[in-house]
Amino acid sequence: MLDYITSYLSSNTTPGQAGNVFWALVYIMIVFGGVSVAVMAMNWLERKALAHFQIRLGPMRVGPHGLLQPIADAIKLLTKEDIVPAEADKFVFWIAPLIILCASFTVYIVIPFGPTHAITDLNIGILFMLGVSSLSVLGVVMAGWASNSHYPLIGALRSSAQMVSYEVAMGMAVVSAILMTSLNKTGTGTLSMIGIVQAQQSQQMWFLFKFFPLGFIAFGIFAIAMVAETNRAPFDLPEAESELTAGFHTEYSGLRWSLFMLGEYAAMIAVSSIAVTLWVGGWMRPFPNWLAGETWDLVFSLIPGFLFLGLALIAFIGVVRMPKHPYFRIQTIGLAGFGAVLALIGLVLFVPPVRDRIQDIFWFVAKVAVFMYLYIWYRATFPRYRFDQLMRVGWKVLLPVGIGVLILTAIMGVLV
Amino acid sequence: MGDQITKDPASFISHLELDQPDKTFLDSNELIINMGPQHPATHGVLRVILKLDGEKVLGTECVIGYLHRGVEKIAEHRTYTMFNPYVDRMDYVAAVSNGLGYCEAVEKLLNVQAPPRANYIRVILTELNRLASHQLWLGTHALDIGAMTPLFYTFRDREEILKIFEKYCGARLTTHAFRIGGCLYETYDGFEQDVKKFIDFAPPKIDEYEELLTTNRIWLERTKGVGKISASDCIALGVTGPVLRASGVKWDLRKAQPYAAYSEFDFEIPIGTSGDTYDRYLVRMEEMRQSLRIIRQAVERIPEGPIMAKVPKVIKPPVGEIYHSIEAPKGELGYFIVSDGSTQPYRIRVRPPSFVNLQALDLMVRGQLVADVIAVIGTLDIVLGEVDR
Repeated sequence: MLDYITSYLSSNTTPGQAGNVFWALVYIMIVFGGVSVAVMAMNWLERKALAHFQIRLGPMRVGPHGLLQPIADAIKLLTKEDIVPAEADKFVFWIAPLIILCASFTVYIVIPFGPTHAITDLNIGILFMLGVSSLSVLGVVMAGWASNSHYPLIGALRSSAQMVSYEVAMGMAVVSAILMTSLNKTGTGTLSMIGIVQAQQSQQMWFLFKFFPLGFIAFGIFAIAMVAETNRAPFDLPEAESELTAGFHTEYSGLRWSLFMLGEYAAMIAVSSIAVTLWVGGWMRPFPNWLAGETWDLVFSLIPGFLFLGLALIAFIGVVRMPKHPYFRIQTIGLAGFGAVLALIGLVLFVPPVRDRIQDIFWFVAKVAVFMYLYIWYRATFPRYRFDQLMRVGWKVLLPVGIGVLILTAIMGVLV
Repeated sequence: MGDQITKDPASFISHLELDQPDKTFLDSNELIINMGPQHPATHGVLRVILKLDGEKVLGTECVIGYLHRGVEKIAEHRTYTMFNPYVDRMDYVAAVSNGLGYCEAVEKLLNVQAPPRANYIRVILTELNRLASHQLWLGTHALDIGAMTPLFYTFRDREEILKIFEKYCGARLTTHAFRIGGCLYETYDGFEQDVKKFIDFAPPKIDEYEELLTTNRIWLERTKGVGKISASDCIALGVTGPVLRASGVKWDLRKAQPYAAYSEFDFEIPIGTSGDTYDRYLVRMEEMRQSLRIIRQAVERIPEGPIMAKVPKVIKPPVGEIYHSIEAPKGELGYFIVSDGSTQPYRIRVRPPSFVNLQALDLMVRGQLVADVIAVIGTLDIVLGEVDR
């Protein structure tokens, strides 16, 4: 058994490519479980970070600093009454959240967390991802239509128009990234997600900085389009709370509503992962070209461990600063335990074999986390666009710029 | 009629002269949507029936009365003194202004003058309340347009004003700060220091709100050219307050017919030019600064002396009628009081600025988009307690 595991771990291919069903299943479970946990963590982080932007404390009651709040929310949502409006189209109403959920989770099949840490590596990976993620618009339209109510209907129409428009601009940005892999003497040209990161590795450069500023602009287009694509502020018109109460999921409650939320957050993480893969070097560590060499490799490989130790330190400072009152005893113990777990993870991350396997995943997740933080930051800062302005930005600004960047990238690729 | 509305909104708005649907667009059906009375952005219990062509607003009909408490009728069964706290419940975010208007109206009827010190205290508290009202407006207006964070900043700073109110009279929101003939309470020890501290505290905070919004591209796009109303339309509809001033009419009752001690202070009336939502925003932001200016002058020059005029224990005004209006944060707040010589008013009629300003909603949003309705409701700065009374 152990031999089997070690022999697999030392191989250089994804379970999907190897046709290894067992390991593929294990990976699927790890990835989907991990994404679900990440969604919960993101939920907590969003509430907490947003609260601190807005001089509030955010969740503080359930667990130390509200760390268990997502679990409490999940229990609340699961035990809530599941209301289906009398006039709703029952079947469509039932299936719509599932479509959104499936669409946003299926994308994870091709996302590479490391050179071999992906469920599979399709040779049309990026195409697959674009296709599958755009299926979620179907779920939105179905939800809005099946609710048989005005607000959801308008929300769904807005949403579908928005998602379809921004997908075009997004596609242009993605194509220029693909061109960057192929139109280079060292590149081979690939649609595979792993291949794209490997191209960046072989060129010793994140595509963000390639053909400066072309990579930057293309990345900017993608970064804007992905916010619009996931219906988040400042493009959160479909669920504009102050206009349409909750947009396409106004009539949903309890578990079904939580499926929408799960799908939305999973989609946010998915598009951020794609942005990281295409532009920010995927699992590559920062500064692959400036700070190259064995020493720097070692320094960067130690960062994950130190980061976790630092987090543990913050938790322990929290324990020390917790009021010495019996009321806070459980919270103090909980926070200390949390800190201990973080410290343990940090120490384990220093062990060389773990360090080497984990650091790819660590850098990937860290980069995605930056994007997730940006999402929260946008939400705290920006007002909401109006529908016509949103369309104008999509079609009249992002799309022409995207086409321009695409053409220039192609020319640069031929010249360089 | 009430039941009929709930059953079929279409029959209710059929009398509106609605524009023809836009034939250049797809020949779509009109959609009738109920916005409110339970809606996050209608500032309480306003119900707006929207007639939409897609996202375009073809017409609106406001249904009000969900917060009707019959304040004017209650007045007929209360003595003049007993009715005083009721007016706080109309525009509950600017309760002090309501009280000032009522007290001054009754004083005018009684032909008494509040002593100068009382007038100064009144000005300080009323201007503080104007600031608090504008802060609440800014927070909710920004929230409606999608910017969440200013709400919390404004509430943080409004808290400082409410603390001063609480220290002065014990209440934070419905203050009942003034009495007929002056003020009941002398200022507490340290009142002036507190107010001065607030005057120094507030301007950087106002700059902070402006930093978030004034030059924000999305904010500009959402507010510029939205909900335009011309000066002549404003006057025809009786719209007053910052909405009127943003359309370029320099009309502020504090200058036009000074009451309390306003004639003694030096301040500007900010006016706008285009009468759109952005101008109204700028006018109100500037008004906050001007309010601080008035408060600074008042607190520096506050005279000593009595705070209550000689008013009989039982208030029994002579037979007659009076109309007195003040510049509340939302516009002209007028009280028309008819006295039959008894201890109770024969009739009190309130001219609430929110109610009158709300009548401009239809004119301002017709032909615009759904999102603009929200922006315009926010920019009109209505309080449903005052609309319905």
